[in-house]
Amino acid sequence: MSFINYSSREINCKIVYYGPGLCGKTSNLSYIYKKTNPENRGKMISLATETERTLFFDFLPLSLGSIRGFKVRFHLYTVPGQVFYDASRKLILRGADGVVFVSDSQVDRLEANVESMENLRVNLSEHGLNLDTIPLTVQHNKRDLPGIVPVEELNGLLNPRGVPWFAASATNGDGVFDTLKDIAKQVILELKRKG
Amino acid sequence: MDEQNVLTSDVFERIEAELRGFRQLAKARGVLLVNRSGQLFGQAGDTSRMDTTALAALVASNVAASRAIADLVGEREFKGVFLEGDREHIHISLVGSGTILAVLFDSQTSLGLVRLRVKSTAKALDDLLRAKAQRVVHDDPVLSPFAEITEEDIDQLFR
Repeated sequence: MSFINYSSREINCKIVYYGPGLCGKTSNLSYIYKKTNPENRGKMISLATETERTLFFDFLPLSLGSIRGFKVRFHLYTVPGQVFYDASRKLILRGADGVVFVSDSQVDRLEANVESMENLRVNLSEHGLNLDTIPLTVQHNKRDLPGIVPVEELNGLLNPRGVPWFAASATNGDGVFDTLKDIAKQVILELKRKG
Repeated sequence: MDEQNVLTSDVFERIEAELRGFRQLAKARGVLLVNRSGQLFGQAGDTSRMDTTALAALVASNVAASRAIADLVGEREFKGVFLEGDREHIHISLVGSGTILAVLFDSQTSLGLVRLRVKSTAKALDDLLRAKAQRVVHDDPVLSPFAEITEEDIDQLFR
């Protein structure tokens, strides 16, 4: 849920990166962290296992500048992708203003993508949020790898709503900022719509 | 009380005044008021050298995880969490149902005094936030800064 502080003239919004295990959610945040001016970002917090798999979440606060005299800040979160961390995924979605669904383009991860999208729908609904209406951007990641599913097929399975989507290779940054820019725009326009 | 998404200047100032008063009485180093989504509502005390944005996110996550644990053991909710360090400690408690008070303290005070002061401050903060929520919902729809926004304004954020 966005938070507007009229005293400090700040707006904070929460964006959650969702998707199956090892799809590249943390890679997205790491790239954003690496490429953002230190003055415009806070510390990136990663609650990870010893093998660097996300255990609870990653967190990266970003300041994007000002709109009409209000500082606009985005709090970016990832969820743990592994199936058995579902309780944690649910908690992180609380108060989300927008979601980036990161799919893994590899053929053998197709089923995991579909399951994760279904899981997103269920977990959003537990917070009174609706996958069919929440600001959503789809990112098809790992487009640089061999053995990948055509984006048309991925969109057919994962993006029936026809939301904006981007082909990406998060480890080298392709599509990362396009995705972030799109979800940020959707979130702000949704705030405008709500008035 | 539901989650708050708008803080007007007068409410914000009253919250921070309450937090400042609490900090003095509890002899705490610092205090943060955070919503359940991890957004910082207010702070007081010696927090300038801390990454309070990250701290707020982690405090909210801690409460969320504790609530899930409570559910597993048949409790509705744990009302407080105490993190004990060698020198620094943090007491985390719920203010109403939607907000969290995190108190940072050291050997200048005691857990007992912090808990005692938390009780009265939590009540005052809850009253303040409830009154504010009613006002926003019922008779004071605050004009959103987004009302007049254009797509060009948004594009400028990324230039």
